[in-house]
Amino acid sequence: MRPRFLRGFWKLTWVETKIFTREPMGFVATLVMPLVVFIVLGRALGVGKRVPASGLDIPFNPAILAAVLIAISAVQSLVAIISIYREGGILKRLRATPLSPVTILGAHVVVKLLFTVISLTLLLLAGRRLFPGVMQVNVFSFTAAVLLSTLSILSLGFVIASVVPTARFAQPISGAVVYPMLALSGLFFPVERLPRAFEAVAYLLPTTHAVALLQGVWAGSGWGAHWVNVAALLVLFAVYTALSTKVFRWE
Amino acid sequence: MIPVIAVSNLGKRYGRTVAVDDVSLEVFEGEIFGLIGPNGAGKTTTMECVQGNRVPDKGKISVLGLDPQRNANELRQRIGVQHQEAHLQKRIKVWEAVDLWRSLYTKVVDTDALLARLGLEAKRNAWFMTLSGGQKQRLFIALALIHEPEVVFLDELTTGLDPQARRAIWGLVTGIRDRGTTVFLTTHLMEEAERLCDRVAIIEHGRLIEVGTPEELVRKHSPERTVVFTSDDANVAERMQGLGTVERAEGNGATYTIRGTGDDFVTEVINIIAREGIRVRGFRTEIPTLEDVFLKLTGHAIRD
Repeated sequence: MRPRFLRGFWKLTWVETKIFTREPMGFVATLVMPLVVFIVLGRALGVGKRVPASGLDIPFNPAILAAVLIAISAVQSLVAIISIYREGGILKRLRATPLSPVTILGAHVVVKLLFTVISLTLLLLAGRRLFPGVMQVNVFSFTAAVLLSTLSILSLGFVIASVVPTARFAQPISGAVVYPMLALSGLFFPVERLPRAFEAVAYLLPTTHAVALLQGVWAGSGWGAHWVNVAALLVLFAVYTALSTKVFRWE
Repeated sequence: MIPVIAVSNLGKRYGRTVAVDDVSLEVFEGEIFGLIGPNGAGKTTTMECVQGNRVPDKGKISVLGLDPQRNANELRQRIGVQHQEAHLQKRIKVWEAVDLWRSLYTKVVDTDALLARLGLEAKRNAWFMTLSGGQKQRLFIALALIHEPEVVFLDELTTGLDPQARRAIWGLVTGIRDRGTTVFLTTHLMEEAERLCDRVAIIEHGRLIEVGTPEELVRKHSPERTVVFTSDDANVAERMQGLGTVERAEGNGATYTIRGTGDDFVTEVINIIAREGIRVRGFRTEIPTLEDVFLKLTGHAIRD
Protein backbone atom coordinates (compact mmCIF):
# COMPACT_ATOMS: atom_id res chain seq x y z
CA MET A 1 0.00 0.00 0.00
CA ARG A 2 1.63 3.22 -1.12
CA PRO A 3 1.23 6.27 1.08
CA ARG A 4 -1.66 8.57 0.26
CA PHE A 5 0.79 11.41 -0.24
CA LEU A 6 2.21 9.69 -3.32
CA ARG A 7 -1.13 9.20 -5.03
CA GLY A 8 -0.85 11.31 -8.19
CA PHE A 9 2.35 12.97 -6.93
CA TRP A 10 4.69 12.15 -9.81
CA LYS A 11 1.94 12.54 -12.39
CA LEU A 12 1.08 15.99 -11.04
CA THR A 13 4.78 16.93 -10.84
CA TRP A 14 5.30 15.92 -14.46
CA VAL A 15 2.17 17.73 -15.66
CA GLU A 16 3.15 20.88 -13.75
CA THR A 17 6.66 20.70 -15.22
CA LYS A 18 5.24 20.57 -18.73
CA ILE A 19 2.81 23.38 -17.99
CA PHE A 20 5.64 25.53 -16.66
CA THR A 21 7.64 25.14 -19.87
CA ARG A 22 4.56 26.28 -21.82
CA GLU A 23 4.48 29.59 -19.96
CA PRO A 24 7.03 31.62 -21.92
CA MET A 25 7.34 34.54 -19.48
CA GLY A 26 7.80 32.48 -16.34
CA PHE A 27 10.18 30.17 -18.12
CA VAL A 28 12.36 33.02 -19.36
CA ALA A 29 12.27 34.85 -16.03
CA THR A 30 13.34 31.74 -14.15
CA LEU A 31 16.09 30.50 -16.44
CA VAL A 32 17.38 33.58 -18.20
CA MET A 33 17.11 36.46 -15.74
CA PRO A 34 19.60 35.16 -13.11
CA LEU A 35 21.94 34.14 -15.92
CA VAL A 36 21.91 37.62 -17.45
CA VAL A 37 22.52 39.24 -14.05
CA PHE A 38 25.40 36.87 -13.45
CA ILE A 39 27.05 37.48 -16.82
CA VAL A 40 26.62 41.27 -16.87
CA LEU A 41 27.74 41.82 -13.27
CA GLY A 42 30.40 39.15 -13.55
CA ARG A 43 31.88 40.94 -16.57
CA ALA A 44 31.74 44.28 -14.77
CA LEU A 45 32.88 43.29 -11.30
CA GLY A 46 34.55 39.92 -11.68
CA VAL A 47 33.47 36.67 -10.10
CA GLY A 48 34.69 35.42 -6.77
CA LYS A 49 37.39 38.08 -6.64
CA ARG A 50 37.78 40.29 -3.64
CA VAL A 51 36.17 43.43 -4.95
CA PRO A 52 35.94 46.02 -2.19
CA ALA A 53 32.59 47.70 -2.48
CA SER A 54 32.62 51.33 -1.36
CA GLY A 55 35.44 50.81 1.05
CA LEU A 56 34.02 47.71 2.69
CA ASP A 57 36.20 44.64 2.74
CA ILE A 58 33.36 42.21 2.01
CA PRO A 59 33.48 40.76 -1.49
CA PHE A 60 30.44 41.17 -3.64
CA ASN A 61 30.06 38.01 -5.67
CA PRO A 62 27.67 38.07 -8.66
CA ALA A 63 27.57 34.26 -8.57
CA ILE A 64 26.01 34.34 -5.09
CA LEU A 65 23.59 37.07 -6.16
CA ALA A 66 22.56 34.99 -9.17
CA ALA A 67 22.13 31.88 -7.02
CA VAL A 68 19.93 33.82 -4.58
CA LEU A 69 17.99 35.29 -7.51
CA ILE A 70 17.32 31.76 -8.74
CA ALA A 71 15.87 30.86 -5.35
CA ILE A 72 13.86 34.07 -5.21
CA SER A 73 12.41 33.70 -8.69
CA ALA A 74 11.28 30.22 -7.66
CA VAL A 75 9.49 31.76 -4.68
CA GLN A 76 7.82 34.48 -6.73
CA SER A 77 6.75 31.97 -9.31
CA LEU A 78 5.30 29.68 -6.63
CA VAL A 79 3.41 32.53 -4.99
CA ALA A 80 2.00 33.62 -8.35
CA ILE A 81 0.97 30.08 -9.30
CA ILE A 82 -0.71 29.31 -5.99
CA SER A 83 -2.61 32.60 -6.00
CA ILE A 84 -3.76 32.10 -9.58
CA TYR A 85 -4.80 28.53 -8.78
CA ARG A 86 -6.72 29.69 -5.76
CA GLU A 87 -8.45 32.55 -7.53
CA GLY A 88 -9.38 30.40 -10.52
CA GLY A 89 -10.84 27.66 -8.36
CA ILE A 90 -8.17 25.21 -9.52
CA LEU A 91 -7.10 24.50 -5.93
CA LYS A 92 -10.71 23.93 -4.99
CA ARG A 93 -11.18 21.49 -7.86
CA LEU A 94 -7.99 19.61 -7.00
CA ARG A 95 -8.99 19.45 -3.36
CA ALA A 96 -12.24 17.70 -4.30
CA THR A 97 -10.19 14.78 -5.63
CA PRO A 98 -8.34 12.20 -3.54
CA LEU A 99 -5.23 14.39 -3.96
CA SER A 100 -3.85 15.41 -0.59
CA PRO A 101 -3.06 19.12 -0.12
CA VAL A 102 0.53 18.19 0.74
CA THR A 103 0.82 16.44 -2.61
CA ILE A 104 -0.29 19.55 -4.50
CA LEU A 105 2.23 21.82 -2.76
CA GLY A 106 4.90 19.12 -2.81
CA ALA A 107 4.60 18.69 -6.58
CA HIS A 108 5.06 22.43 -7.08
CA VAL A 109 8.10 22.46 -4.81
CA VAL A 110 9.69 19.62 -6.79
CA VAL A 111 9.04 21.49 -10.04
CA LYS A 112 10.64 24.62 -8.58
CA LEU A 113 13.66 22.67 -7.32
CA LEU A 114 14.02 21.01 -10.71
CA PHE A 115 14.17 24.35 -12.48
CA THR A 116 16.51 25.67 -9.80
CA VAL A 117 18.95 22.89 -10.68
CA ILE A 118 18.61 23.55 -14.42
CA SER A 119 19.08 27.26 -13.91
CA LEU A 120 22.10 26.73 -11.68
CA THR A 121 23.64 24.31 -14.16
CA LEU A 122 23.33 26.93 -16.91
CA LEU A 123 24.93 29.44 -14.58
CA LEU A 124 27.89 27.22 -13.72
CA LEU A 125 28.41 26.25 -17.35
CA ALA A 126 28.35 29.90 -18.41
CA GLY A 127 30.73 30.71 -15.57
CA ARG A 128 33.21 28.04 -16.64
CA ARG A 129 33.23 29.43 -20.18
CA LEU A 130 33.18 33.14 -19.51
CA PHE A 131 35.24 33.36 -16.35
CA PRO A 132 37.82 30.59 -16.64
CA GLY A 133 39.91 29.92 -13.60
CA VAL A 134 37.70 31.53 -10.98
CA MET A 135 34.89 28.94 -10.89
CA GLN A 136 36.70 26.59 -8.54
CA VAL A 137 33.62 25.90 -6.49
CA ASN A 138 32.58 22.35 -5.56
CA VAL A 139 29.60 21.99 -7.89
CA PHE A 140 27.72 19.39 -5.83
CA SER A 141 28.21 21.15 -2.57
CA PHE A 142 27.16 24.47 -4.11
CA THR A 143 24.10 22.92 -5.78
CA ALA A 144 23.07 21.31 -2.52
CA ALA A 145 23.45 24.64 -0.74
CA VAL A 146 21.32 26.38 -3.38
CA LEU A 147 18.64 23.68 -3.13
CA LEU A 148 18.52 23.91 0.66
CA SER A 149 18.34 27.70 0.42
CA THR A 150 15.58 27.54 -2.19
CA LEU A 151 13.57 25.11 -0.08
CA SER A 152 13.86 27.32 2.97
CA ILE A 153 12.99 30.51 1.07
CA LEU A 154 10.13 28.63 -0.66
CA SER A 155 8.61 27.85 2.72
CA LEU A 156 8.41 31.59 3.35
CA GLY A 157 6.77 31.69 -0.08
CA PHE A 158 4.10 29.26 1.24
CA VAL A 159 3.26 31.77 3.96
CA ILE A 160 3.02 34.63 1.45
CA ALA A 161 0.99 32.46 -0.94
CA SER A 162 -1.32 31.53 1.92
CA VAL A 163 -2.28 35.08 2.73
CA VAL A 164 -2.15 36.85 -0.64
CA PRO A 165 -5.80 37.74 -1.33
CA THR A 166 -5.78 37.67 -5.13
CA ALA A 167 -3.38 36.96 -7.97
CA ARG A 168 -3.19 40.68 -8.66
CA PHE A 169 -1.58 41.24 -5.26
CA ALA A 170 0.83 38.33 -5.54
CA GLN A 171 3.57 40.23 -7.35
CA PRO A 172 3.61 43.42 -5.22
CA ILE A 173 3.28 41.55 -1.93
CA SER A 174 5.96 38.99 -2.68
CA GLY A 175 8.12 41.86 -3.96
CA ALA A 176 7.58 43.80 -0.75
CA VAL A 177 8.89 40.82 1.21
CA VAL A 178 11.59 39.65 -1.17
CA TYR A 179 13.45 42.88 -1.94
CA PRO A 180 14.03 44.08 1.64
CA MET A 181 14.95 40.49 2.47
CA LEU A 182 17.56 40.60 -0.25
CA ALA A 183 18.88 43.95 0.98
CA LEU A 184 19.30 42.63 4.52
CA SER A 185 20.77 39.31 3.46
CA GLY A 186 24.43 40.28 3.81
CA LEU A 187 24.95 40.00 0.09
CA PHE A 188 25.74 43.67 -0.42
CA PHE A 189 27.10 44.60 3.01
CA PRO A 190 27.72 42.59 6.16
CA VAL A 191 24.77 41.91 8.42
CA GLU A 192 26.87 42.99 11.42
CA ARG A 193 26.88 46.55 10.15
CA LEU A 194 23.11 46.80 10.30
CA PRO A 195 21.45 48.54 13.23
CA ARG A 196 20.69 46.08 16.06
CA ALA A 197 16.97 45.74 15.31
CA PHE A 198 17.55 45.12 11.62
CA GLU A 199 20.27 42.62 12.42
CA ALA A 200 17.82 40.64 14.56
CA VAL A 201 15.25 40.68 11.73
CA ALA A 202 17.91 39.62 9.24
CA TYR A 203 18.64 36.45 11.20
CA LEU A 204 14.96 35.46 11.09
CA LEU A 205 15.01 35.54 7.30
CA PRO A 206 16.16 32.54 5.29
CA THR A 207 18.06 34.63 2.72
CA THR A 208 20.59 35.78 5.33
CA HIS A 209 21.54 32.22 6.20
CA ALA A 210 21.40 31.20 2.55
CA VAL A 211 23.87 33.93 1.60
CA ALA A 212 26.23 33.02 4.45
CA LEU A 213 26.15 29.34 3.51
CA LEU A 214 26.59 30.02 -0.22
CA GLN A 215 29.47 32.43 0.37
CA GLY A 216 31.13 29.87 2.63
CA VAL A 217 30.71 27.00 0.20
CA TRP A 218 31.91 29.22 -2.64
CA ALA A 219 35.01 30.10 -0.64
CA GLY A 220 35.67 26.40 -0.16
CA SER A 221 34.72 25.90 3.47
CA GLY A 222 32.78 22.79 4.41
CA TRP A 223 29.18 22.55 5.60
CA GLY A 224 30.41 21.87 9.11
CA ALA A 225 31.79 25.39 9.34
CA HIS A 226 28.29 26.67 8.56
CA TRP A 227 26.21 24.29 10.62
CA VAL A 228 24.49 27.24 12.28
CA ASN A 229 23.25 28.53 8.93
CA VAL A 230 22.24 25.03 7.81
CA ALA A 231 20.34 24.48 11.05
CA ALA A 232 18.73 27.89 10.73
CA LEU A 233 17.57 27.15 7.16
CA LEU A 234 16.06 23.85 8.31
CA VAL A 235 14.38 25.36 11.35
CA LEU A 236 12.99 28.27 9.32
CA PHE A 237 11.71 25.78 6.75
CA ALA A 238 9.91 23.82 9.48
CA VAL A 239 8.51 26.95 11.13
CA TYR A 240 7.31 28.61 7.92
CA THR A 241 5.81 25.38 6.60
CA ALA A 242 3.96 24.79 9.86
CA LEU A 243 2.77 28.40 9.86
CA SER A 244 1.54 28.20 6.27
CA THR A 245 -0.49 25.05 6.96
CA LYS A 246 -2.19 27.03 9.73
CA VAL A 247 -3.07 30.03 7.59
CA PHE A 248 -3.48 28.38 4.18
CA ARG A 249 -6.73 29.09 2.36
CA TRP A 250 -7.89 26.92 -0.51
CA GLU A 251 -10.41 29.40 -1.87
CA MET B 1 -36.16 2.81 -0.48
CA ILE B 2 -32.91 3.75 1.24
CA PRO B 3 -31.78 7.19 0.15
CA VAL B 4 -28.32 7.62 -1.42
CA ILE B 5 -28.08 11.05 0.16
CA ALA B 6 -29.84 11.96 3.39
CA VAL B 7 -29.57 15.43 4.88
CA SER B 8 -31.37 16.50 8.02
CA ASN B 9 -31.50 19.97 9.55
CA LEU B 10 -28.36 21.19 7.80
CA GLY B 11 -27.20 24.65 8.78
CA LYS B 12 -24.20 26.74 7.77
CA ARG B 13 -23.31 30.37 8.33
CA TYR B 14 -20.42 32.51 7.15
CA GLY B 15 -19.79 35.02 9.90
CA ARG B 16 -23.15 36.65 10.42
CA THR B 17 -24.58 35.59 7.08
CA VAL B 18 -26.77 32.53 7.21
CA ALA B 19 -26.08 30.59 4.00
CA VAL B 20 -28.10 27.50 4.87
CA ASP B 21 -30.67 27.82 7.62
CA ASP B 22 -32.40 24.48 7.88
CA VAL B 23 -32.31 22.00 5.02
CA SER B 24 -33.49 18.40 5.06
CA LEU B 25 -33.68 16.32 1.91
CA GLU B 26 -33.31 12.84 0.50
CA VAL B 27 -31.95 11.77 -2.88
CA PHE B 28 -32.68 8.28 -4.18
CA GLU B 29 -30.65 5.95 -6.32
CA GLY B 30 -30.77 6.53 -10.06
CA GLU B 31 -32.61 9.85 -10.03
CA ILE B 32 -31.64 13.33 -11.14
CA PHE B 33 -32.32 15.51 -8.15
CA GLY B 34 -32.22 19.28 -8.62
CA LEU B 35 -31.74 21.91 -5.97
CA ILE B 36 -33.22 25.03 -7.53
CA GLY B 37 -33.35 28.61 -6.42
CA PRO B 38 -31.90 32.06 -7.03
CA ASN B 39 -28.23 32.92 -6.57
CA GLY B 40 -27.35 33.14 -2.89
CA ALA B 41 -30.20 30.85 -1.82
CA GLY B 42 -27.77 28.30 -0.33
CA LYS B 43 -27.60 25.78 -3.19
CA THR B 44 -23.84 25.59 -3.51
CA THR B 45 -23.20 25.62 0.23
CA THR B 46 -25.66 22.77 0.71
CA MET B 47 -24.04 20.79 -2.07
CA GLU B 48 -20.51 21.40 -0.79
CA CYS B 49 -21.47 20.26 2.69
CA VAL B 50 -22.92 17.09 1.19
CA GLN B 51 -19.71 16.50 -0.79
CA GLY B 52 -17.65 16.92 2.37
CA ASN B 53 -15.82 19.98 1.04
CA ARG B 54 -17.36 22.28 3.62
CA VAL B 55 -17.97 21.68 7.31
CA PRO B 56 -21.58 22.28 8.34
CA ASP B 57 -22.43 24.08 11.58
CA LYS B 58 -25.29 21.77 12.36
CA GLY B 59 -27.28 18.88 10.97
CA LYS B 60 -26.60 15.35 9.85
CA ILE B 61 -25.45 14.24 6.40
CA SER B 62 -25.10 10.74 5.04
CA VAL B 63 -23.89 9.98 1.50
CA LEU B 64 -23.79 6.34 0.38
CA GLY B 65 -24.02 5.51 4.07
CA LEU B 66 -20.86 7.52 4.80
CA ASP B 67 -20.22 10.63 6.84
CA PRO B 68 -18.77 13.19 4.39
CA GLN B 69 -16.46 14.63 7.05
CA ARG B 70 -15.23 11.49 8.79
CA ASN B 71 -15.11 9.26 5.68
CA ALA B 72 -13.92 11.96 3.27
CA ASN B 73 -11.26 9.83 1.60
CA GLU B 74 -13.50 6.85 0.99
CA LEU B 75 -16.31 9.09 -0.22
CA ARG B 76 -14.08 10.91 -2.75
CA GLN B 77 -13.47 7.59 -4.50
CA ARG B 78 -17.21 7.09 -4.89
CA ILE B 79 -18.54 10.53 -5.82
CA GLY B 80 -17.84 12.76 -8.81
CA VAL B 81 -17.81 16.52 -8.50
CA GLN B 82 -18.15 19.48 -10.84
CA HIS B 83 -17.82 22.97 -9.34
CA GLN B 84 -19.47 26.19 -10.38
CA GLU B 85 -17.17 28.37 -12.50
CA ALA B 86 -14.27 26.00 -12.07
CA HIS B 87 -10.98 26.21 -13.95
CA LEU B 88 -7.97 24.07 -14.58
CA GLN B 89 -4.40 25.08 -15.28
CA LYS B 90 -4.54 27.30 -18.39
CA ARG B 91 -1.99 25.27 -20.32
CA ILE B 92 -2.89 21.74 -19.24
CA LYS B 93 -3.90 19.57 -22.19
CA VAL B 94 -7.21 17.74 -22.15
CA TRP B 95 -5.57 14.31 -22.16
CA GLU B 96 -3.15 15.35 -19.40
CA ALA B 97 -5.99 16.39 -17.13
CA VAL B 98 -7.81 13.13 -17.77
CA ASP B 99 -4.59 11.16 -17.27
CA LEU B 100 -3.85 12.96 -13.98
CA TRP B 101 -7.35 12.36 -12.68
CA ARG B 102 -7.11 8.70 -13.66
CA SER B 103 -4.03 8.30 -11.50
CA LEU B 104 -5.97 9.47 -8.43
CA TYR B 105 -8.65 6.81 -8.34
CA THR B 106 -8.55 3.09 -7.77
CA LYS B 107 -11.23 2.21 -10.31
CA VAL B 108 -11.27 4.09 -13.62
CA VAL B 109 -13.03 3.98 -16.98
CA ASP B 110 -11.41 3.89 -20.41
CA THR B 111 -10.16 7.37 -21.37
CA ASP B 112 -10.83 7.13 -25.10
CA ALA B 113 -14.37 5.90 -24.64
CA LEU B 114 -15.08 8.63 -22.12
CA LEU B 115 -13.66 11.40 -24.32
CA ALA B 116 -15.65 10.05 -27.26
CA ARG B 117 -18.83 9.94 -25.21
CA LEU B 118 -18.36 13.60 -24.30
CA GLY B 119 -17.35 14.64 -27.81
CA LEU B 120 -13.83 15.65 -26.82
CA GLU B 121 -11.68 13.29 -28.94
CA ALA B 122 -10.71 16.08 -31.32
CA LYS B 123 -9.62 18.23 -28.37
CA ARG B 124 -7.29 15.70 -26.75
CA ASN B 125 -4.21 17.87 -27.29
CA ALA B 126 -5.83 21.25 -26.79
CA TRP B 127 -4.85 23.46 -23.86
CA PHE B 128 -7.60 24.07 -21.34
CA MET B 129 -7.52 27.84 -22.02
CA THR B 130 -8.35 27.30 -25.70
CA LEU B 131 -11.55 25.32 -25.03
CA SER B 132 -14.98 26.90 -25.44
CA GLY B 133 -17.28 27.19 -22.44
CA GLY B 134 -19.21 24.09 -23.47
CA GLN B 135 -16.03 22.09 -24.04
CA LYS B 136 -14.69 23.09 -20.62
CA GLN B 137 -17.88 21.93 -18.97
CA ARG B 138 -17.75 18.66 -20.91
CA LEU B 139 -14.20 18.16 -19.71
CA PHE B 140 -15.31 18.76 -16.13
CA ILE B 141 -18.07 16.21 -16.61
CA ALA B 142 -15.45 13.77 -17.93
CA LEU B 143 -13.29 14.39 -14.84
CA ALA B 144 -16.30 13.89 -12.60
CA LEU B 145 -17.10 10.56 -14.29
CA ILE B 146 -13.61 9.13 -14.66
CA HIS B 147 -13.89 6.79 -11.67
CA GLU B 148 -17.42 5.60 -12.37
CA PRO B 149 -18.83 7.36 -9.32
CA GLU B 150 -22.09 6.27 -7.76
CA VAL B 151 -23.21 9.86 -7.27
CA VAL B 152 -22.33 12.87 -9.43
CA PHE B 153 -22.64 16.45 -8.20
CA LEU B 154 -23.13 19.14 -10.84
CA ASP B 155 -23.16 22.74 -9.64
CA GLU B 156 -24.64 25.30 -12.06
CA LEU B 157 -23.43 23.21 -14.94
CA THR B 158 -24.72 25.29 -17.83
CA THR B 159 -24.42 28.82 -16.44
CA GLY B 160 -22.92 31.07 -19.07
CA LEU B 161 -23.34 28.62 -21.94
CA ASP B 162 -25.21 29.39 -25.13
CA PRO B 163 -28.51 27.53 -25.72
CA GLN B 164 -26.97 25.05 -28.14
CA ALA B 165 -24.16 24.03 -25.79
CA ARG B 166 -26.67 23.89 -22.95
CA ARG B 167 -28.85 21.42 -24.83
CA ALA B 168 -25.84 19.23 -25.58
CA ILE B 169 -24.95 19.17 -21.88
CA TRP B 170 -28.54 18.25 -20.94
CA GLY B 171 -28.28 15.23 -23.20
CA LEU B 172 -25.11 14.16 -21.43
CA VAL B 173 -26.65 14.53 -17.99
CA THR B 174 -29.66 12.38 -18.79
CA GLY B 175 -27.17 9.90 -20.25
CA ILE B 176 -25.38 9.74 -16.89
CA ARG B 177 -28.66 8.99 -15.13
CA ASP B 178 -29.61 6.38 -17.74
CA ARG B 179 -26.39 4.51 -16.95
CA GLY B 180 -27.55 4.17 -13.38
CA THR B 181 -25.63 6.99 -11.70
CA THR B 182 -27.44 9.23 -9.26
CA VAL B 183 -27.18 12.91 -10.15
CA PHE B 184 -27.48 15.78 -7.66
CA LEU B 185 -27.46 19.14 -9.44
CA THR B 186 -28.10 22.78 -8.70
CA THR B 187 -29.46 25.31 -11.14
CA HIS B 188 -31.16 28.65 -11.20
CA LEU B 189 -32.60 27.89 -14.65
CA MET B 190 -36.12 26.63 -14.29
CA GLU B 191 -36.21 25.33 -17.84
CA GLU B 192 -33.14 23.23 -17.10
CA ALA B 193 -34.68 21.86 -13.92
CA GLU B 194 -37.89 21.02 -15.73
CA ARG B 195 -36.10 19.24 -18.60
CA LEU B 196 -33.59 17.32 -16.52
CA CYS B 197 -34.79 16.66 -13.03
CA ASP B 198 -36.82 13.73 -11.84
CA ARG B 199 -37.37 15.61 -8.61
CA VAL B 200 -36.61 19.15 -7.54
CA ALA B 201 -36.31 20.98 -4.25
CA ILE B 202 -36.92 24.72 -4.27
CA ILE B 203 -34.62 26.55 -1.89
CA GLU B 204 -34.78 30.15 -0.81
CA HIS B 205 -32.98 32.01 1.98
CA GLY B 206 -31.37 28.75 3.09
CA ARG B 207 -34.61 26.85 3.53
CA LEU B 208 -36.43 24.33 1.34
CA ILE B 209 -39.89 25.54 0.50
CA GLU B 210 -41.10 22.67 -1.69
CA VAL B 211 -39.96 19.24 -2.92
CA GLY B 212 -41.44 17.04 -5.62
CA THR B 213 -41.42 16.13 -9.31
CA PRO B 214 -41.73 19.17 -11.59
CA GLU B 215 -45.18 17.91 -12.72
CA GLU B 216 -46.39 17.51 -9.15
CA LEU B 217 -45.28 21.00 -8.22
CA VAL B 218 -46.89 22.55 -11.28
CA ARG B 219 -50.11 20.62 -10.73
CA LYS B 220 -50.22 21.54 -7.08
CA HIS B 221 -49.28 25.18 -7.22
CA SER B 222 -50.17 26.31 -10.73
CA PRO B 223 -53.21 24.36 -11.91
CA GLU B 224 -54.39 27.10 -14.24
CA ARG B 225 -54.34 26.30 -17.97
CA THR B 226 -54.77 28.56 -20.95
CA VAL B 227 -55.79 27.74 -24.51
CA VAL B 228 -55.19 30.31 -27.20
CA PHE B 229 -56.68 29.81 -30.66
CA THR B 230 -57.54 31.81 -33.72
CA SER B 231 -60.82 31.57 -35.56
CA ASP B 232 -62.79 33.69 -38.04
CA ASP B 233 -66.17 32.42 -36.78
CA ALA B 234 -68.60 34.77 -35.09
CA ASN B 235 -69.36 34.97 -31.35
CA VAL B 236 -66.71 32.46 -30.42
CA ALA B 237 -66.03 33.87 -26.96
CA GLU B 238 -69.72 33.96 -26.10
CA ARG B 239 -70.21 30.39 -27.26
CA MET B 240 -67.47 29.11 -25.00
CA GLN B 241 -68.40 31.13 -21.93
CA GLY B 242 -69.51 29.09 -18.95
CA LEU B 243 -69.16 25.72 -20.64
CA GLY B 244 -67.56 22.90 -18.65
CA THR B 245 -64.56 24.05 -16.64
CA VAL B 246 -64.06 27.19 -18.70
CA GLU B 247 -63.59 30.04 -16.25
CA ARG B 248 -63.02 32.87 -18.66
CA ALA B 249 -63.20 33.23 -22.41
CA GLU B 250 -62.22 36.41 -24.15
CA GLY B 251 -61.21 37.42 -27.60
CA ASN B 252 -60.90 40.26 -30.10
CA GLY B 253 -62.73 38.69 -33.01
CA ALA B 254 -59.79 36.64 -34.25
CA THR B 255 -57.65 35.46 -31.33
CA TYR B 256 -59.32 33.90 -28.29
CA THR B 257 -57.91 33.18 -24.85
CA ILE B 258 -59.72 30.58 -22.80
CA ARG B 259 -58.74 30.06 -19.17
CA GLY B 260 -59.52 27.29 -16.74
CA THR B 261 -57.97 24.90 -14.27
CA GLY B 262 -57.25 21.22 -14.03
CA ASP B 263 -55.72 18.48 -16.12
CA ASP B 264 -58.91 17.93 -18.12
CA PHE B 265 -59.30 21.53 -19.17
CA VAL B 266 -57.52 21.32 -22.53
CA THR B 267 -59.42 18.19 -23.57
CA GLU B 268 -62.62 19.87 -22.62
CA VAL B 269 -61.88 22.95 -24.73
CA ILE B 270 -61.11 20.69 -27.71
CA ASN B 271 -64.43 18.88 -27.17
CA ILE B 272 -66.31 22.16 -27.01
CA ILE B 273 -64.67 23.40 -30.18
CA ALA B 274 -65.61 20.15 -31.94
CA ARG B 275 -69.15 20.15 -30.60
CA GLU B 276 -69.74 23.79 -31.52
CA GLY B 277 -68.21 23.22 -34.94
CA ILE B 278 -65.85 26.17 -34.53
CA ARG B 279 -63.34 26.44 -37.36
CA VAL B 280 -59.91 26.93 -35.86
CA ARG B 281 -56.90 28.26 -37.78
CA GLY B 282 -54.36 28.05 -34.98
CA PHE B 283 -54.33 26.39 -31.58
CA ARG B 284 -51.88 26.36 -28.71
CA THR B 285 -51.88 25.69 -25.00
CA GLU B 286 -50.07 27.54 -22.27
CA ILE B 287 -49.19 25.28 -19.38
CA PRO B 288 -47.52 26.77 -16.31
CA THR B 289 -43.89 25.91 -15.71
CA LEU B 290 -41.65 25.66 -12.67
CA GLU B 291 -40.95 29.33 -13.27
CA ASP B 292 -44.61 30.08 -12.48
CA VAL B 293 -44.49 27.79 -9.46
CA PHE B 294 -41.43 29.61 -8.19
CA LEU B 295 -43.09 32.97 -8.70
CA LYS B 296 -46.16 31.80 -6.84
CA LEU B 297 -44.25 30.30 -3.92
CA THR B 298 -41.78 33.11 -3.39
CA GLY B 299 -43.66 36.10 -4.72
CA HIS B 300 -40.84 37.09 -7.04
CA ALA B 301 -39.21 35.88 -10.25
CA ILE B 302 -36.04 33.84 -9.96
CA ARG B 303 -33.89 36.31 -11.85
CA ASP B 304 -34.13 39.00 -9.18
